Amino acid sequence: MRPSEMGYPYFPGCTLRAKARGFESSALASARVLGIHLEELPNWQCCGATFPLQVDNSFPLVSPARTLASARKMGERLVTLCSACYNVLKRTNHVMRTEADRRDKVNAFIEEGYRGDLEVVHFLEVLRDDLGFDALARSAKVPLSGLAAAPYYGCLLLRPADELAFDDPEAPHILEDFLSALGCRVVDHPYKIECCGSYVALEPGELASGPSRMVVESARARGAQVIITSCPLCQYNLDVSQQGACGRNGAGVPVIYFTQLLAIALGLPEDVLGFEGHVISPGPLLRSVGAMGSEATA
Amino acid sequence: MVSSENRRKLLDISGQEVTSCYQCGKCSAGCAMAAMMDLLPHQVIRLVQLGQVEEALASRTIWLCASCLACSARCPRGVSLPNVMESLRVTLLRPGGRHLDPVRLPADVLENAPEQVLVAGLRKYT
Repeated sequence: MRPSEMGYPYFPGCTLRAKARGFESSALASARVLGIHLEELPNWQCCGATFPLQVDNSFPLVSPARTLASARKMGERLVTLCSACYNVLKRTNHVMRTEADRRDKVNAFIEEGYRGDLEVVHFLEVLRDDLGFDALARSAKVPLSGLAAAPYYGCLLLRPADELAFDDPEAPHILEDFLSALGCRVVDHPYKIECCGSYVALEPGELASGPSRMVVESARARGAQVIITSCPLCQYNLDVSQQGACGRNGAGVPVIYFTQLLAIALGLPEDVLGFEGHVISPGPLLRSVGAMGSEATA
Repeated sequence: MVSSENRRKLLDISGQEVTSCYQCGKCSAGCAMAAMMDLLPHQVIRLVQLGQVEEALASRTIWLCASCLACSARCPRGVSLPNVMESLRVTLLRPGGRHLDPVRLPADVLENAPEQVLVAGLRKYT
């Protein structure tokens, strides 16, 4: 497919318009350079952030179903960046496609006749399947061979595998292939598909930081200098779990979005990266391996 | 309420037939949150099988389940335990219960946490 032909309806989601602005700005700037046109949905609303696990209550499906129905009027695919939006929209789409009772109930409420005939895709899949990782490798301008990067999938991209069909749920490799295309040294680690603790972060105390610390330690112990994610909550939990000693003495592992590394590899200006509010600042590491210029303020 | 009624109520909410579970413990073995739990995941499902729902409702475990689906991905009996955990949570929440008071969230969480966790957490905890 010629780059000029790659246009997609795109769903940003609420976090990318607030705490994770750098995720979106780095993605949009990179997409532009790669000839991928992401056209924001005109009438999107919050996906709900978590897929409801109660089968007797379809009300939480209303908001994501509205988004899906409106996206279908723009095209046959809908691109997401945030893992949670991807999970919720794709799972809701599965309900609208396969469960007639719930579909009818939701459609009656939103006054649509949506039947799930849209494909929800993650931006990583667009890079792999439409652009191609070989073409991506040829577009990379800044060598990242000095950077040891650990992929972190978490839960939302992979499970449930029969509905998402994103990658092998126990041994995924799309992030590894992406990082290889950018020229990074890829660090495999056993906790890459484990949960970060998710919304248990709102429980009092440090309950959720246990799982996050395990993830960071498993990556660090195998030589990772940076952890790559596509989920704002994973980014937050993994980063915050390093608050305290390891963060202060400079041994912390920064956690960044795959699109931020993409923008760096494409040689885009640092103002699209949006490295703000990190516990472990990525700037010093990325400058030390030559990925970012030394004059940078990020 | 007799135990079979309890079980049926949870089945209506979760869509999961807990009697399928044969207690292999794979869910507990792979649970990222297990170290913090007072009841292990397979113990919660056992209580529900026995209709001892009050005991399951009183455990910290139902609030520590992060809905990551690692257990259901590996369950040899096809039981989605996160759905069962959610059915227990909503049994307490639907009558107006609230596990989390947003007003009491620490200032640093409100200031720094992504919107995603506030929306997801309030959906799971209120």
